[in-house]
Formats: sequence, C-alpha cells, structure tokens
Amino acid sequence: MLKHIVRRSLTGAALIGFLAGSGSAFAAECTNDVWNKVMKRGKVIVGVKPDYKPWGFRDESGGLVGMEVDLAKEVAAVMGVELELVAVQSSNRMQFLEQGKVDMFVATMSDRPDRRKIVGITQPNYYTSGTNVMSPKALGLTEWENLRDKPVCGKQGAFYNKIVSERYGAKIVAFTGNAEAKQALRDKRCIAWVYDDSSIMSDLASGNYDEFEMPLPSEDDNPWGLAVPLAERHCLFGNLMSGLTYNWHQSGRLIELEKKWGIQPTKYLQDQHERFSDWLAGK
Amino acid sequence: MIESVQAYFRALAETHPKWNFIYLYDPVQAARIAEGLWMTLQLAVACVVFSVLIGVAGAWLQGARQAVVRAFVQGYIQFFRNTPPLIQLLFFYFALGQFTPTYSPDGWLEVPVISNVGWAIISLSFFAGAFNVEIFRAGIEAIPESTREAADALGMSRLQIYVYVVFPLAFRVSLPALNNNLVNLVKTTTQAIVIAVPELLYQLVSMYNDYSTSQNACMLLMFVVYITLVGVLVLGMNRWERALRIPGYGA
Repeated sequence: MLKHIVRRSLTGAALIGFLAGSGSAFAAECTNDVWNKVMKRGKVIVGVKPDYKPWGFRDESGGLVGMEVDLAKEVAAVMGVELELVAVQSSNRMQFLEQGKVDMFVATMSDRPDRRKIVGITQPNYYTSGTNVMSPKALGLTEWENLRDKPVCGKQGAFYNKIVSERYGAKIVAFTGNAEAKQALRDKRCIAWVYDDSSIMSDLASGNYDEFEMPLPSEDDNPWGLAVPLAERHCLFGNLMSGLTYNWHQSGRLIELEKKWGIQPTKYLQDQHERFSDWLAGK
Repeated sequence: MIESVQAYFRALAETHPKWNFIYLYDPVQAARIAEGLWMTLQLAVACVVFSVLIGVAGAWLQGARQAVVRAFVQGYIQFFRNTPPLIQLLFFYFALGQFTPTYSPDGWLEVPVISNVGWAIISLSFFAGAFNVEIFRAGIEAIPESTREAADALGMSRLQIYVYVVFPLAFRVSLPALNNNLVNLVKTTTQAIVIAVPELLYQLVSMYNDYSTSQNACMLLMFVVYITLVGVLVLGMNRWERALRIPGYGA
C-alpha cells in the first residue's frame, strides 16, 4: 500500500516536471522571439540595479546611472533601438527576465552554475568581485573566523550570505535592501556587513563610513554575468552579447568605464584585456 | 524509502532544473525550512494571543468613565488601523528600536533588549489588536441594554457586568469577525521579513536565492504551508464558534 502511494505520487511529480520542462526542449531551434519583439518594438528593456553604486544607482534627479547603465546604453546603440531601464533587485532580476518584464539585464549578478540553468548568462564575463565585509575599526577583525556565531548583516538575495554562513558559521541577518542592512550595522545590530569587495570599497571611499574598514582578505573571486533569456543564449541575442563583451574587453572600454566611475582598478579586467588582445594590434 | 524519495527528487532536479525540491533531499535546507516554520508558528500564536488580549482590554477601556482613557483608546485604534503594517514594522524596529535599552556582549555590538522578533510580535499584535477592539465593540453594542440593566439591578459592579454578562455574550457575536481578522493576522506575519525575522518566507526567499533552481519548489511549499496553517486556524475557530453557540440566540 505504502509503496503504491509513493509510486503514484512520484508519477505525479514526474508529470509536473515534464510539464515544466517541456518548454526548454525547443531552445536549440532559435526562434529569437525576444530579439524580434525588441526590434519590432524599437526599444530594448534592460534591468539594472538602482542601489548599487557605482554600477547602477539613482542620481540626484532620480534617473538610473552607473557603469552598468553605460553598458546598457551601448547595447541599445548597437542594436539601433531605444533604451528603457528597469530597476531590478538581486532577488527578482532572474524572475523579471523569465517573465519578460525585461529583455535582458546587467545587474551585478555573480555567474553561478545554478543561475545558468535559469537565465542565459553569456561569456565572456564583464566584471568580477569577491566576498568581503565592512566592519567597525573598533572591533579590529583580523580573520574570517572572527565572524563565527556573530550576527552579520547581509542583503536578501546576495550569494555572499551563503559563503559566510556555511564556511564560517556567521549568523546572517538579511534585509531587503542595502540601505536597511547598512543602517542595522550603524545601529550596531551586527558586527559586519557582508557584500562584494568592490561595492564596500566604493562605500568606504565615499567618506560616509569613516569609522569602518574592510579588514579581511577577499574570498571567492566570482565573475559577474549579464543575462539574456535562456532560450536565446545561443541565438542572436546571446551571440551579440558575447561579441559585445569580447570587444569591450579588447578595446579596453571596461577599463575606461571602471576609471570613469571611480572603481578600484581590478586585475581581472587587465587580464581579460590582455587575453583578448588583437594579435595584429600595433603591427 | 526515504532514500529512494530523496534520490528521486535529486534526479528530478537534474532533469528538470526548474523543479529542484532541494529541501526534500538536502538536510541543511530541510533544517532551514523547519526553523522558518517554527518561527512562523511562534509569531502566529504569540500575535493571535496578544492581539485578542489587546482587543478585550481595549473594548473594556472604550466604555471607561474617564474621557481621557476613551480618547487614548480611540487614538491607538486610529494610529494602528490607519497605517500599513509594513511601515509599522520598519518604524518600530529602526526608529523606536534606537531608543530601547541595549546590552553589549563584546564591547561594540549593541544588542537591543527587544529583538527583531520581539518588535514583530509587538507591532503585529498592536496592529491586529486595533481591529479586534472594534470587533469586540461591535459585539458589545449588540447586547441589549435591558440585559445590562438587569445585571445592574442585581447589584453587579461595572467590571462584573463586563466580565460575567456582557463580554461572554459579546464574544459569541464577535467570533465570525474575529475569525476573519486572525486569518489576516497569520498571513501578515510574512511581512516581518522586512526586519529580517527568520520566518518561513525569509528562509524560503533566502533558499531560492542561494539555489535559484529551487524557486518553484519554494513557492509551492509556501502555498501549501499557509493553506494548512490558515486552514487549521479556521477549523479551530469554527469549532469554537459552534461549541459556544447559544441555542436560540442569533442565527
């Protein structure tokens, strides 16, 4: 009897799985639906971060600006269409893309294997960052182990949370926004704010966090990926983004933008610039 | 048998990446769900109990002889009923939280005496309590004046009339409306996620952010849990309603 029930419920679950998965079987055929929609509409809708200075944030007039917004502008220019920016969060960017609310996004997303199953992350990656914490100078943290069993503030949806909780046993207190999480750190509700090193560096450079520091060595350098719909990863849209990113590396455009937005120069961009260099350049 | 179920769902996640029921085969994720569920239950039970107590006390104070007390209750109701619970949570935790006493385990950290869970219970209880006061008032007003006068004529004090005559009758009249409000309250506990209370929604959102393939499975679980939770509450309330029914009184 028990076996019978198990078998029946397993068949049910398999059916759900089959129904859910049937859409992806056609991925290889390249219908270019989203691409065609963008062209017909004459406008590409790109998801960017509204609260991630200096990659994507709001200027004083409320408009979205930043390094990733500049990249989005170049995408629209290359496609010859208008650009509409949509503010996305870490916790909803992939869903927005899946549901068609955005056509693609450049939103500080770490390129992870399970994310590649959901959205079409194109190669090469356009940036990278590692995990680090901002903590008060007064605490004088020296190693990651200092975080064990201590409350550490994080942002819901960031993959850094998992690293510090699983590897170092920190108690993550995750808020919906960066602002709330950093406020909680200022209110001394947690001993550190875990995020990516480049964002923390730009916070520290802003002069608003003078009594804080980034005391630990960055861990798990993880490249960032921009994403197109999964079905168009190997079609027109995905191939355009791959080519565009390749050229951004080769021409040094990303390094230029990094400088423009006052981001600490990363070795990664320098390495990629060399890796993709034109063998005929200067000949 | 457990192994075969786990193996099945592990295989399902491989073949159908959108249906990764990770909490059914990964003990770490299962523990997160259990923690979230426990927190949700604690929140729900605490808020239901406190909000009903607030409702009973508030309805009693609404009939107070002192105008100041009546005005205070009225002010409380207007404040909590007319502002969104989400904003109340943020305001209580971030604004009022700064003024509460703290203790420090390491010289830097200032752990408030009232934790985020504490603020969630306080804020949600007061929110639902404001509605409960009005619900009980409606019940009290449904009690005929003659019943009260009869009790008065027997020499009962105001408190005695409320405790032994008016409230037991009013409570029965109020139950259906109370039922509605408590269902709403249980669902509103999910909003505690904004002050990082690790309840079920928080755990599930964290889980599908860590494992994006598990999103559908997490959403599904959320629905199942809340349908069950609210279902149990409604069933209990309905039984209570029937048990307290006075034959011939009302419908």
